[in-house]
Amino acid sequence: MTAPLIIFFVLAALAVGGALSLIFQKHPIHSALSLIVVMVALAGLYLLLGAEFVAAVQIIVYGGAIMVLFVFVIMLLNAGIEEHTNISRIAGFPGLLLAFVLTGFIAATIARSTDTVQAAAQPGNMASTRDLSNMIFRDFVYPFELTSFLILVAVLGAIVLAQREKA
Amino acid sequence: MIPTNYYIVLSAILFGLGVLAFIFKRNIISIFMSIELMLNAVNLAFVAFSQAMHKLDGQVFVLFVIVVAAAEAAVGLAIIILTARNRQSLNVERVDLLKL
Amino acid sequence: MPILEHLWIIPLLPLLGATVNGLFGRTWPNKIVNSVAIGATGLSFLAALEAVREFFLLSPEQIPWVKQYFSWIETGNFRAGFDLQVDQLTVVMLLVVTGVGWLIHIYSTGYMAHEGGYYRFFAYLNLFMFFMLILVLAANYVLLFVGWEGVGLASYLLIGFYFLRKSAADAGKKAFIVNRIGDFGFMLGMFLLFRTFGTLDFVKLFDKATPLSAEAMGHLGTLTVACLLLFMGAAGKSAQIPLYVWLPDAMEGPTPVSALIHAATMVTAGVYVVARSHVLFMRAPTAMLVVAVVGCATALFAATIGLVQTDIKKVLAYSTVSQLGYMFLACGVGAFSAGIFHLMTHAFFKALLFLAAGSVIHAMGGEQNMLHMGGLSKKIKWTYVTMLTGTLAIAGIPPLAGFFSKDSILLNAYQSENGGPNVGHILYAAGLFTALLTSFYMFRLIFLTFFGKERYDEHHVHVHESPKSMLVPLAILAVLSIVGGWLAAPAFWGQPDYFAKFLEPVFAAPGGAEANTAEAVAHALEWPLAAVAFITALLGGFAAYWLYLKQPSKPDRLAKSFGGAYQTLLHKYYVDELYAATIVRPLMWLSTNVFWKAVDVSIIDGAVNGIAEGITVVGDGTRRTQSGNTRSYAVWVVVGAIVIVAVIFWPHVRPILGVAR
Repeated sequence: MTAPLIIFFVLAALAVGGALSLIFQKHPIHSALSLIVVMVALAGLYLLLGAEFVAAVQIIVYGGAIMVLFVFVIMLLNAGIEEHTNISRIAGFPGLLLAFVLTGFIAATIARSTDTVQAAAQPGNMASTRDLSNMIFRDFVYPFELTSFLILVAVLGAIVLAQREKA
Repeated sequence: MIPTNYYIVLSAILFGLGVLAFIFKRNIISIFMSIELMLNAVNLAFVAFSQAMHKLDGQVFVLFVIVVAAAEAAVGLAIIILTARNRQSLNVERVDLLKL
Repeated sequence: MPILEHLWIIPLLPLLGATVNGLFGRTWPNKIVNSVAIGATGLSFLAALEAVREFFLLSPEQIPWVKQYFSWIETGNFRAGFDLQVDQLTVVMLLVVTGVGWLIHIYSTGYMAHEGGYYRFFAYLNLFMFFMLILVLAANYVLLFVGWEGVGLASYLLIGFYFLRKSAADAGKKAFIVNRIGDFGFMLGMFLLFRTFGTLDFVKLFDKATPLSAEAMGHLGTLTVACLLLFMGAAGKSAQIPLYVWLPDAMEGPTPVSALIHAATMVTAGVYVVARSHVLFMRAPTAMLVVAVVGCATALFAATIGLVQTDIKKVLAYSTVSQLGYMFLACGVGAFSAGIFHLMTHAFFKALLFLAAGSVIHAMGGEQNMLHMGGLSKKIKWTYVTMLTGTLAIAGIPPLAGFFSKDSILLNAYQSENGGPNVGHILYAAGLFTALLTSFYMFRLIFLTFFGKERYDEHHVHVHESPKSMLVPLAILAVLSIVGGWLAAPAFWGQPDYFAKFLEPVFAAPGGAEANTAEAVAHALEWPLAAVAFITALLGGFAAYWLYLKQPSKPDRLAKSFGGAYQTLLHKYYVDELYAATIVRPLMWLSTNVFWKAVDVSIIDGAVNGIAEGITVVGDGTRRTQSGNTRSYAVWVVVGAIVIVAVIFWPHVRPILGVAR
């Protein structure tokens, strides 16, 4: 039981716990906070995997921007405790079953593929941010530009959509 | 060290939990958050593979996913605000204008 | 040889007449319809005469004369063409059909003058002539069958001519359906022959069949079965047991129709086919015996029914059935030329009798029941004289035609040894008794109709003689009935029977003298048997005279004392009722309950409607995916995801499914 392993399990438990909390909380704000916990745990896991930049981006963008946005909207809309309607009949038991089926398929697929997954992860000697940025601005420059454009469009769209109607 | 398997399994578990939340939550915003959870699970898998294969492509892709998730969250929440104003409720089952 | 080269002219002319009258005759006055119809048939008759004249100029190797006009069916090795052939048998049939047909057309102009649908009648009549000529001129079984079916069609159209009358429409249907049953056998026979010999052309088929040896009695070999099947068709067309039931009902049609179709021509088609196929029949003794026995039985059976009928046309109908039985008896004992001879004489006197009966009916203003006639001999003299001639002919009084033909048949029957040493004697006895009955009921007809007290109301019925257009054909047919038999008369004096001699090239098998054996009768028996026949005819006539003229009340008393037998005969042995109960009703039940309710409604409609309903059900089910409820949409998304994962990762997913099973 090495230290990384312990840390891994702790962080994993945290993530799973946060996810479960997200499901079982009745108030959306509690779910949002649970999600933040999951994000942080995942950031920790990224660090464990040697992806510092990604971990930092995860906390700053996901945790600091997106989740804040979520919380703002929840507070804006005065979301209350979820009402317990059960109109959809299919979302009950069959939905549960199907979710498990999906997970099972994915898990089985993973378990049975033997190629690269078994390789032990090597820490350290991971690429630095410099290499990462080189990759982005050289090999992936097109997607980069496109995603910038996408953000611009999204911002504009959000503004237009959320405007209060003129009188 | 830590076998990549573990990360993948964790990713799968998180994804499954996200699907469960997607099905069972009735608040629109909660559903949206479940989507974010699913995206995060996938990100974890990307990074894990990136490390296993010693290529940076996985991490680059993760960055893009985060960006797209951000854009999606912005627009999606704007729509949710509109819907909430329209239907006066955040229960997704109340948004049923297509029902016969 | 213009006509022999273009034999198609002979059937084509009536077809043209039928088409012209059928398409345009509706608005034409009677005179023009007449001219077209009689002209077509008359020209056809002249063409036939010319063809016969040219035929006599041919040398023996050219006979049978076959002309191929166009290929109708040609597949593989099989060829059925529109081929027409002429040999001696064809000559006889051709002259009878066109000659008697023409006379009946002339008669019809007078008889049908006041009827509606005048043009339709003549169109159908010409159509019938066309098909009948195709039948007799055909050089292969397939074309013959075309004519065969066609005359059946024309018969249906003409029997049901007064289609507004339910009984007439039913009679037409009955004729067609009963014919069809026979045709089924005929077709099977054709198929069997084709399968055995590979061809259906007469010349080729008979050439192939000639070297074959006769099949044993009782053994159902190929030829026997084929001949029996062909005879089944002949029995349907020529009204033998058990398919005779349509002929009496066919009297619903106008009288000229009865004369032409159901006396002179169509019903003789069966005899013609048997005679044409004599090569096959001579090699199938079992079939010959069946033909003879059925013919003899039918003759006797129908004669007994005819004894008590009161409708003048029905008596003649049963008489026709009986005489056809004689013809089949002749063919069955191998005396084919005697059968054809009787066919010819019968055409003359039966057509005469029917036309004369039509004249009587016309004179009586539509009355057909003999019990309401009487004492007409002085009033419609010409009709009486011609009808008496016909009666003498059919009864077999020499020197009229019927005597010679009937005598020839009985002579050959007596000497037949097919089926056993005494079979011929039994057939002869039955035939002789039938002759007695024939003479009796024919004279009964004469006495009831033309003699005795008038049993009708003079004020309502104005008895008048028929117009010339009706009387002249009667006279011509009367003359033919008298002289028609003289072709065979010389046989009595040791001279050759001219008619049989004329037909000898047809019926004489090149490979042997088997046909001749039947023809070569011991002349020693001729005179005695002829005398017996003559006496029988006289006895019958005298019995009728005594019962119906001398003691008019005796028949009624006899009918009462033999009540049961009388009723059975009057109701035609209840055969129609028997058929209705055993065949028609079960068939109707089957059609209604099984084929209609079960198969058509439940299965076929059920399948079609079921598919539609199934689709509706599926649609109903699929509708639920579009519920409008967002949460269920979410579940469907998951379902879709599962499907995609399964499809993409199938090799990994499959074992799981196997384990789960």
